[in-house]
Amino acid sequence: MAEAETTISRGLIWLRALTGGEGTVAGGPASVRYAEAPLGDGPACFLAVVPDAGGRFPRARHGEVGLLEAWTLAKLVGDVVAADEGRVRRPIVAVVDVRGQAYGRLEELLGIHQACAAAVDAYASARLAGHPLIALLVGRAMSGAFLAHGYQANRILALEDPGVLVHAMGKQAAARVTRRSVAELEELGNTVLPMSYDIRNLSRLGLVHRLISGIDPGVPSAADVARVATELAVAVAEVRAGGGGLDLRLENDAARKTRAASLEVRRRMAEQWAGDGAGA
Amino acid sequence: MNAGATPLERLLARRSFIELSARERAREILDPGSFRELLGPFDRLHSPWLEMQNIVPQEDDGVVIAKGRIDGQPAVVMAIEGAFQGGSMGEVAGAKITCALDLALKDNELGTPTRPVLVLETGGVRLQEANLGLAAIAEIQAAIVALRRYVPVVGVIAGMVGCFGGMSLAAGLCSALIATRQARLGMNGPEVIEQEAGIEELDAADRRLVWSLIGGGQRHAVGLVDELVDDDAAAIAGAVRAAFVRGLPARHRSEQVALFLDRLAAVDPAEKLNGPALRVLWGKGGSNG
Repeated sequence: MAEAETTISRGLIWLRALTGGEGTVAGGPASVRYAEAPLGDGPACFLAVVPDAGGRFPRARHGEVGLLEAWTLAKLVGDVVAADEGRVRRPIVAVVDVRGQAYGRLEELLGIHQACAAAVDAYASARLAGHPLIALLVGRAMSGAFLAHGYQANRILALEDPGVLVHAMGKQAAARVTRRSVAELEELGNTVLPMSYDIRNLSRLGLVHRLISGIDPGVPSAADVARVATELAVAVAEVRAGGGGLDLRLENDAARKTRAASLEVRRRMAEQWAGDGAGA
Repeated sequence: MNAGATPLERLLARRSFIELSARERAREILDPGSFRELLGPFDRLHSPWLEMQNIVPQEDDGVVIAKGRIDGQPAVVMAIEGAFQGGSMGEVAGAKITCALDLALKDNELGTPTRPVLVLETGGVRLQEANLGLAAIAEIQAAIVALRRYVPVVGVIAGMVGCFGGMSLAAGLCSALIATRQARLGMNGPEVIEQEAGIEELDAADRRLVWSLIGGGQRHAVGLVDELVDDDAAAIAGAVRAAFVRGLPARHRSEQVALFLDRLAAVDPAEKLNGPALRVLWGKGGSNG
């Protein structure tokens, strides 16, 4: 079977490396892993979505974010927020290697959009409550799956590696829809930055807080793991010192160049906002 | 609506909301005479990425932001134009919605209870602006979650484009969701599923089947939409007003984790479940409150 040949997911490799555990959740699907481990000078919570060949829903067995995965992420993140009520809020690290949301008729019928919305809600609410939220991209971060697991983070860290991909649609499908060859699509990404699959180009859009190079994503050495953990701890400290919003994604040098249109919208709408009759 | 009118009179008095442009829709939702557009076509803020790909941009990038009043209270309507690029979210379109939500948040934090309404008519990410569309949608979602701590964020899905992709998650975050029977709400569009999973998984051309799975009527019956309304501008504007009168739900739908995990546990993935069977299994419930 195809899934039997799949190598261990990068998500699981990095969850193990950073926490020293498997992160299996009692009563939960084997596809969602959660573990607590020290990070920097305090405890932290790590989450990953990984393949599970025996998963209940056939279309979410290969590392997709499916119905159970998304609702379970929402539950686990919500549990962290509840557990830290009234004390120092632990950082939450989303280890991201997700090939996409689960595509299927049953998934749509049962409201996978609502499941993923719940995961978004949980992560965003955790961030607003004061949990430093960091996404660590170690593999694919595709489309709706990334929205549900990682894209609400205060900081996005990514390994600089060809296997680390962020996009709205897989290459083959995107090529079909835009009537281009895959080669043309890759070429286009070098001139039209948001079309790129290359993580370095996402960084040029100001969306990646730190690119970490020289790391073996599939077989990280102890030194690799220590470096990544240090980067995570630094990011957590920065978030603790700053705010809980996503403003930093626009307020950086790269974004000022490449997302000038977004900044222009922000500036001019603020100018036009006030001015209704009753001072609203 | 005139209570004394006959059903035929009511039918004849209807004004289709679906047929209206985004701008006209925003005008219908706001109190008469209160509509004021921000960053309209004359501000000429269009997508910088479409021209690079030989696609003619539109000077509002397919999103209308209109301030005004709803029941006399300050309000902002963010209406997506389904006729431009399928209502897809690019950099500018997305930034307009995020900024409007953020400014409404600032109003609410400062004590002005500005009411936000999203008119969702969208296929999701605009593929020509892929990663910036995705980023914009993540930012819209963040802004909805932040704003709905203060005031209900009301979503309207009228059709005929429907609401798909990452924006279906935005719909799932709304405090109240209003839809017509013509609307569809789903994460992956039927064509995408057919392409990714095969025609035996879903025949996207089978309209009756598609609506039985993800149509507004079905979504309402299983508690994924709060109000089902006719395709009538007055009815939709009325439902929006009623949503603000009801106020914030005790728990948002996207917070009802235990309920939905129980609902999933009741489903046998090996069975070929259909829309009517799910109505029996899940019934009505899971709606806000």
